[in-house]
Amino acid sequence: MGRQVPLVDYLVLGEQPHLEANECTSCGARYFDRRNACASCGATSFHKAAITTEGELRAYTIVSMAAPGVPVPFVAAVIDCDGTSIRANIINTEPDPENVKLGMKVRLATYTVGTDDEGTEAIGFGFAPLEAPDGNR
Amino acid sequence: MATDDVWILGIHMTKFGKHPDLDTIDLAADAALNALGDGGVSMKDMGVVAAGNLMAANAGIGQQLQKQLGQTGVPVYNVANACATGATALRTAIMAIKAGECDMGLAVGVEKLSGAGLLGGGGMAKADKKVYEPRGRYGSVATIDGRIGTETMPGVFAQVGMEYGHKHGGATFELFARISEKNHAHSTLNPLATYSKKMSLEEIMGDVMIAYPNTRPMCSANCDGAAAAVVVSGSKLKTLDPTQRRRAVKVSASVLTTDPWEEACQVLPNVNTLTRNAADQAYEQSGVSPEDLDLVELHDCFATAELVHYDNLGLCAPGEAVPFFESGATWRDGQKPVNVSGGLESKGHPIAATGIANIWEVCHHLRGEAGDRQIEGATVGLAHVIGLGSACGVHILESAAA
Repeated sequence: MGRQVPLVDYLVLGEQPHLEANECTSCGARYFDRRNACASCGATSFHKAAITTEGELRAYTIVSMAAPGVPVPFVAAVIDCDGTSIRANIINTEPDPENVKLGMKVRLATYTVGTDDEGTEAIGFGFAPLEAPDGNR
Repeated sequence: MATDDVWILGIHMTKFGKHPDLDTIDLAADAALNALGDGGVSMKDMGVVAAGNLMAANAGIGQQLQKQLGQTGVPVYNVANACATGATALRTAIMAIKAGECDMGLAVGVEKLSGAGLLGGGGMAKADKKVYEPRGRYGSVATIDGRIGTETMPGVFAQVGMEYGHKHGGATFELFARISEKNHAHSTLNPLATYSKKMSLEEIMGDVMIAYPNTRPMCSANCDGAAAAVVVSGSKLKTLDPTQRRRAVKVSASVLTTDPWEEACQVLPNVNTLTRNAADQAYEQSGVSPEDLDLVELHDCFATAELVHYDNLGLCAPGEAVPFFESGATWRDGQKPVNVSGGLESKGHPIAATGIANIWEVCHHLRGEAGDRQIEGATVGLAHVIGLGSACGVHILESAAA
């Protein structure tokens, strides 16, 4: 297998893929982008914090019209992972309101985004329902 | 009228819609000249010009406007603040008057947006050779729009409405569509609206889905348009003639906020807290309470947004936006008419014009000049806009007789 890179730098690959936040050392506010300072308290020191891979669906939309090149439909969502909010797609389920329910439990899952001309594979992430709509795991 | 009061002396909005023969300057000049005419003043009276245009924010729209209407040498502030650009221009002129730098100012907002399509979202340009290299503040190796949520406005605001429904219940696809049905019904009385066609609930729900639960008619309409206002200090207004004084509308509150940091606010834009903060400050500044409002023009950029702002603006008890709407209160014959102009969903949303056009609508009613859609006896109104990023403008207006 060739080299793998994460779609974004806050996705940590390996045995147990997970997301990692920049956590403010002073107030605990969490961010996913490169930081200059904390928007909550102004401190400039951060450490990495692993985010739990299970959470609950807090908000979603099913996008049917998007910019050229973005495949539709897809489910864009906000997941509450034990108090840390994550922006992600809901994957591995049909993108319709019957299969996507507010409050449902979801778990981080990874997939291949594509492969570049040097054979490097980009790995993306989404959240998949923990249970099928009929209650079976 | 105390000397530190600020009043709207003249105001105008152009017809919203397609204006293929008018450029940005034509539209801005049309709004400005008519606002000056409405106030019975000229460019020579203006001590400051604040001009808003978002899509060509580097073009110096204020100076271009001066070159058409009068180069008097006064300071120009060109402003850009997302969908709150118009409200920001108005507030800039108000601040100049409050600061004592001048006693009269002109604020203009203009946008050419017909055919702009979907706003927000998009990706990276394609290179000749595809090699994954981390770029940007997330170190992404490929486009994240569509892979990690959505950047499109209909999708972002859909989630805002769905989140409210998750917390408080009752916010179904049909409920959001009924909000849109109300605004499209209101638009039939507004000759300046881009679309003034009544739409049935079935038509709205059966139209093209953009981002569930927002179908096309539940999204704000991209269009061309401009709006302008002349503001004057209370002390200057006292020296003007009785007709000008009678038609003047008092700016009882002028507030601009941004979102204070909260968990999740950089994940899904939080349009709630900054609106609540702006509303609280505006009610405090004006001494007006939500019960006093005769009409409200709020930022229904999407049907899903209108619902949450009933709550954010304190029009209903916390968490009660769904039953509040279901009571019929926000229809034009209800106890708290909202978006009697037709709202952004039908009137249209030429971004930088919107924050002044909403105020024009309220002023029109407070002056008793709103024709067929007049809210009888209206003396107090509120205009609200929000732009992502975020910026929220709230103005409370009162008629001279109030």
